[in-house]
Amino acid sequence: MSAALEVRNLTTRFDTRRGPVTAVNGVSFSVQPGRIMGLVGESGSGKSVTGFSILGLIDAPGRITDGEVLVDGTDLRSLSPDALRRMRGKHVAMVFQDPMMTLNPVLRVGDQMAMAVRVHDRVSKAAAWDRARKALETVGIPSPAERLKAYPHQLSGGMRQRVAIATALLHGPSVIIADEPTTALDVSIQGQILAEVRRLADETGTAIVWVTHDLAVVSSLADDISVMYAGRIVESGTTEEVLSAPRHPYTHGLIDSVPTRHAPGRELPQIPGSTPQLINLPEGCAFRPRCPRATAACAVQPSKSGETHFALCHHPLTEADR
Amino acid sequence: MGMNHDTLGPDSNTSVTPSAAPLQTRASRLRDFWNDFRQSPAAVISLIIIIALAIVSFGAPWVSPQDPYDMASLDWLDAFLRPGTVGSGGYTHWLGTDNAGRDMLSAIFYGLRTSFMIGLSACALALFAGICVGLTAAYFGGRIESLLMRVVDLQLSMPAILLALVLVAMLGQGVGQIILALVVAQYAYFARTTHGAATVERGKDYIEAARSTPLPARRVLLRHLLPNVLPPLIVVATVQVASAIALEATLSFLGVGLPLTEPSLGSLISNGFKYIHTDRTWLSIYPGVFLMITVVAINLVGDQVRHVLDPRNQR
Amino acid sequence: MFGYLIQRLAQAVVVVFAMSIIVFVGVYAIGNPIDVLIDPGATQEIRAKLIAQYGLDQPLWRQYLTFLGNVARGDMGTSMVYNIPVVDLVFSRLPATLELVFVSVLIAVGIGIPAGLYAGYRPDSYAAKAIMALSVLGFSVPTFWIGMLLIMTFAVNLGILPSGGRGDVGSVLGIHTSLATLDGWSHVIMPAINLSLFKMGLMIRLTRAGMVEAMRTDYVKFARAQGLTDRQIVFSHVLRNISIPIVTVFGLELGSTLAFAVVTESVFTWPGVGKLIIDSILQLDRPVMVTYLVLVVILFVLINLTVDLVYARLDPRVRLKGGA
Repeated sequence: MSAALEVRNLTTRFDTRRGPVTAVNGVSFSVQPGRIMGLVGESGSGKSVTGFSILGLIDAPGRITDGEVLVDGTDLRSLSPDALRRMRGKHVAMVFQDPMMTLNPVLRVGDQMAMAVRVHDRVSKAAAWDRARKALETVGIPSPAERLKAYPHQLSGGMRQRVAIATALLHGPSVIIADEPTTALDVSIQGQILAEVRRLADETGTAIVWVTHDLAVVSSLADDISVMYAGRIVESGTTEEVLSAPRHPYTHGLIDSVPTRHAPGRELPQIPGSTPQLINLPEGCAFRPRCPRATAACAVQPSKSGETHFALCHHPLTEADR
Repeated sequence: MGMNHDTLGPDSNTSVTPSAAPLQTRASRLRDFWNDFRQSPAAVISLIIIIALAIVSFGAPWVSPQDPYDMASLDWLDAFLRPGTVGSGGYTHWLGTDNAGRDMLSAIFYGLRTSFMIGLSACALALFAGICVGLTAAYFGGRIESLLMRVVDLQLSMPAILLALVLVAMLGQGVGQIILALVVAQYAYFARTTHGAATVERGKDYIEAARSTPLPARRVLLRHLLPNVLPPLIVVATVQVASAIALEATLSFLGVGLPLTEPSLGSLISNGFKYIHTDRTWLSIYPGVFLMITVVAINLVGDQVRHVLDPRNQR
Repeated sequence: MFGYLIQRLAQAVVVVFAMSIIVFVGVYAIGNPIDVLIDPGATQEIRAKLIAQYGLDQPLWRQYLTFLGNVARGDMGTSMVYNIPVVDLVFSRLPATLELVFVSVLIAVGIGIPAGLYAGYRPDSYAAKAIMALSVLGFSVPTFWIGMLLIMTFAVNLGILPSGGRGDVGSVLGIHTSLATLDGWSHVIMPAINLSLFKMGLMIRLTRAGMVEAMRTDYVKFARAQGLTDRQIVFSHVLRNISIPIVTVFGLELGSTLAFAVVTESVFTWPGVGKLIIDSILQLDRPVMVTYLVLVVILFVLINLTVDLVYARLDPRVRLKGGA
């Protein structure tokens, strides 16, 4: 089976006032059809920029400097701007973090969705509205015909995010990039949407990249997990492998600081130090200053250790360390 | 800029301890400001022009060949000399002379001085009045706030030129009257800006905290609110100096501003306008060019300051 | 909706009433028009008679009440200079001003909004920078001086356009306007361009700012992620959003264009109400000043009300409600 999405050595750089910043640094991964990959990292780790880079939606002062993005075998980076635009929405779609902001406040939901239908398929307005209605049904929105006539502010946050997901599903894309789509929602709504997304991935065979800072979310949702730190993927494997047998000390620290893993009243373990500023990263492993296992060897950028489940570390954790 | 800025910087909503932003000293902030400011060559050139104009205008008694106020130095034989002609004074009138034999270059330097003085003092007074009104409204809230801001809004919806016109008509002609009219016409912009920025700050916890201490109200306002409303006020102030100068010139041109015996750029142009159908165009063009350069330069500097201070443009 | 309208109209009446007091007191506090109007050599008797005729011997509050009573009967007084009813005087001049404002607003919007959209869409292009430089000029160079340059160039040097006045008036659909004749257009075009420059600069800046802002929003990014073309994004998404602030400012600026007509009309000797108010200020023709100012206030209030109604049409988030 060939991958729905394959990213190879993706590199995105921002030219800031204080010098160039490499927000995404040689990122590679692939997602098979129907699978969900959780791309986990803190704010500033480059996970959102990775998502935008896949769709080629990086504006100045940022630019993608290297790498390939293969969707169904087509390299998006080799396409002309217009051909790339035709791929967006049709083959690879995106859902954003804040459902309050992703819909145009002054246009009716149906008009926005119909526009997204008609940009790729030459159908009548009525047919486009009909497809929009069916898409809303698919994501479990009750009385979809009425919702289409509503303005975004008349819908709840969860409802709006469902509309955004339905919009992404309109053309049955092979890949959906979901950029923290449940972060801004109530926990109960979040659960509903996660279940819905899981069902959609299974039924439609869409590959999903789920960008999030929340390990708890991906642990119940994702098939695979990639952990990002300072622009690089530092650990990658199946959800089971990464969560039960983390190899990178950073992943281990993240898992350890999830509150539900500890008895109430106990102090929560933290990763010492703070998120690095991308403008002045240390030589070698970027996690080195915060790492309890760091040695002199870490001043050199580590290479991958492991095959399908790998970590970018000179001193990966073993069974005995956990 | 395409991406959210917080995707690049550290953020505190993670499980990791938030990082302390590097503390910036006032000097380094100023240096950053200047580094950003000089990104626009137009703004830098404008700033140089403004400084040069300020020197020749405030130094007018020393740099201009003639004192246009001094009737004794005027000779009607020198009237309407073309630019570049040598007059009875034995020196060249680079920009020609007017109907009374006044050297245009000298008149323009003196006129520029009047324009600057009126623009700056009107703006400073309007700034002061506006801050007082805006802070009072924001601090006390309730009835006082809604009454003050109603009046300000009503005034803002009236064009400044109309207010100034009526006020000058009521108060009569003269420097003081013009300044007062400009202040009344312009303070509302400062009051609105101050009030807007102060209301945003008011909602923040530290103001509430400061208010619950026995510090006098005045100190809370000056120490806490004022520094936060200054950046937007600086931007408004630059633009308002330019518009005060333009407004004064317009009023003088319409004949309700300064008399020709106290030449401002506006009254010089107004005088030149009488000869517009003759070939004596230098009478109106040169003072107009100076007026235009002054106003445009101030606006360009203001534009760049706005751009630099806009937090959305900071990388 | 209806309750809202009633409430707003009531507010409008209060504002107009309050402004009429301020204007009346303000204007009537100015000097003594008799000194300006009467030959200094006139006898005391004639002076006293004229003062009584204009009601100037009455206390201010009584003068105001008389004024209000007259206004209720549609009488705004008699011009001290022209000696005809002010209402007739102002309304004979109003069409000229309105057509000037109309043409200049058309120019400002027709050029300003497309230029601003482009400048916001490609902010780093040379064309955008040129557009912005022009807008700074239009925005900051005093109107009267540009008007003067226009006259020097097109009327004096080239001799292709008249330097002032209104030109022939024709009739279209029962409306008498100089826009119905070629001669009328040749007279109106230069002052209209002059009057439009400030507003055009404002429109450019506003549209550009709105465009730049909108292009940063999530809904535009989302639209791009759906594969929408730039054209669709600009015309279907962005334009609809930025039309809201543009309409607001446009409406408010309509009033200030009326006010700035004062300057343009003086430069081009355009026989509108702007020229009239300047003359009446210089000659202390109080009834004309009061009428003009009250008229301007009424226009402002009406414009504001219209803007609010249009705003509610454009922005579905705004719901008009009656009551507080």
